[in-house]
Amino acid sequence: MSLKKVHDKQPETFEFTKENLELANNILKKYPEGRKKSAVMPLLYLAQNQNDNWIPLAALKYIGKFLSMPYVNVYEVATFYTMYNLAPVGKYFVQVCTTSPCLLRGANEIVKVCQDKISENKETISKNGLCSWTEVECLGACVNAPMIQINNDYYEDLDKNSMEKIVDSLTENKPLKPGSYRGRKSSAPEKNENKINGTNNA
Amino acid sequence: MKTKLMEQIMLKEEDKIFKNLYNNLGWTLEESLKRSDWSNTKDIISKGREWIINEIKTSELRGRGGAGFPTGVKWSFAPKKVGSRPHYLVINADESEPGTCKDRDIMRFEPQKLIEGCLITSFAVNAHTCYIYIRGEYFNEGRRLQKAIDEAYEKKFIGKNACNSGWDLDIHIHFGAGAYICGEETALLESLEGNKGQPRLKPPFPALVGLYGCPTIVNNVETIAVVPTILRKGAKWFASIGRPKNTGTKIFCISGNVNNPCNVEEEMGISLKELVEKHAGGVTGGWKNLQAIIPGGSSMPLIPKETCETIKMDFDSLIAAKSGLGTAGVVVINKDQDIVKCMARIAKFYKHESCGQCTPCREGSGWMWRILERTAKGEATFKDIDLLSDVTKQIEGHTICAFGEGSAWPVQGLLRHFRKEIDKRCFSEPLIKKKRDIPYLVDQHLLEK
Repeated sequence: MSLKKVHDKQPETFEFTKENLELANNILKKYPEGRKKSAVMPLLYLAQNQNDNWIPLAALKYIGKFLSMPYVNVYEVATFYTMYNLAPVGKYFVQVCTTSPCLLRGANEIVKVCQDKISENKETISKNGLCSWTEVECLGACVNAPMIQINNDYYEDLDKNSMEKIVDSLTENKPLKPGSYRGRKSSAPEKNENKINGTNNA
Repeated sequence: MKTKLMEQIMLKEEDKIFKNLYNNLGWTLEESLKRSDWSNTKDIISKGREWIINEIKTSELRGRGGAGFPTGVKWSFAPKKVGSRPHYLVINADESEPGTCKDRDIMRFEPQKLIEGCLITSFAVNAHTCYIYIRGEYFNEGRRLQKAIDEAYEKKFIGKNACNSGWDLDIHIHFGAGAYICGEETALLESLEGNKGQPRLKPPFPALVGLYGCPTIVNNVETIAVVPTILRKGAKWFASIGRPKNTGTKIFCISGNVNNPCNVEEEMGISLKELVEKHAGGVTGGWKNLQAIIPGGSSMPLIPKETCETIKMDFDSLIAAKSGLGTAGVVVINKDQDIVKCMARIAKFYKHESCGQCTPCREGSGWMWRILERTAKGEATFKDIDLLSDVTKQIEGHTICAFGEGSAWPVQGLLRHFRKEIDKRCFSEPLIKKKRDIPYLVDQHLLEK
């Protein structure tokens, strides 16, 4: 369960843009009739994307009306799942995986870089207003540990040096490319791929 | 000579199901067709439900999501005839067990295997709608899978009259939003219905009362993705790999303190030592430097080095060693690591992810974490350890879903195998020694010093 703080400054109103309204109506078609409520999670994502990666309370009310469900049920969903941000995050939102497989390979150093270069405390926006970071639980890329997620993208096989470069690129507003930072191919073993995977020559 | 021997033991290239596990061959539909995906789907479907379910039963395929339930048997629980309520197939792609990242590669690099599996399975269980529940963090993987689904629609492999089989199937993707518990099948269904993901009481099982109260079959990505190949090559071929009741191939994810962490498809029942030494390039600092291995994702108890020497990686061998294959996420921990700290971090994971529905788990997961943290720092008292052991027993078996066991077992494993290590650090006197009237099950840490 996530512990969530709702932002203290809330906009008065929220409604979907024309494009998002169309997307929302398309999302509704995925679910059977009379089961509109199922669309609450995708609609929360839409609202989050529209509003600089965080969801204001007005959006929860709006979605509640949109799906004919009580506001409190939308609130319940938005506070249960960790990926819904109820307070502003940086333009580049860095999520550092610190669960055991990453920890074993030095996730602590990655966290340290964030503390030094972004902000001392997690979930605090950096001085230049571009970045914020947080610790998250397993992101499911354990064989590429340690790794982070920036917005939607995975940055894998990191160490202190590469992490520093990545964070610097964020502060300069020119983010580096996602992927492996040891030049590795997906989740293949680095040194003996040819030996165990003949498909290379197939 | 030695290398020759190695090759003989390893799974033959032609027996591998996921030939594009590392994306050497390309993931698009066209490239997948070259790997004989969709080659005779219509023929397979025309053989009928009974035949498909029987083949899967004969193949002895067991679910790849962690519990290892026989897949064919699960399918046969769905009502034979569709009544007033439609049937659903739901694919569990909420991969979040620490140490596991196999479904991600299937969705990225072998999406057509999954989609074809969805069609065949949907037909077998009488479903016209299939939902794939992907964890929200896998945004790019979900987008890739959506592209693959669109390609399949375009070729009329799915949709109305899929593959000319006469069967209609629609596949939809639904993103989760970062809750580990949604990997539990009933929590996943709750989440899909637009609620917070808290598991349901069972029975009734989803096969009878599932999504929207309708019969629903929930399967893991890997389980469904191997189905087309099994039906194409025959149940006997699949059953000939591995050993009885533990058949086929499996993707192992080897992470942690190894030289070359990787995902690799291997035969069920491969020895753990071979897996680590040959595929993952050995333990960092050599085999001698090995401390323990978590064989099946963080929910499974760790096994000490002595057991790692000989253990075979399949469901039944690992249960015999008081652990489990789980999702086959192999996390290697070497002697440079503090084992207590490592397990304390896993306990923290469970504390963070407990859905809060059942009290033993909601309270107990935090309690275990606090005791382990104190132990790691050397601040625990000698009484704490028995208390810790007791807390795990109070959680185990007293919760709605298996999360309780998942959080308690790793701690029990630690106590079973590293008791000495823990005892060394816990020598101080209990904090509340004098206040004898404190009720038995109270976390001392919450009381004032």
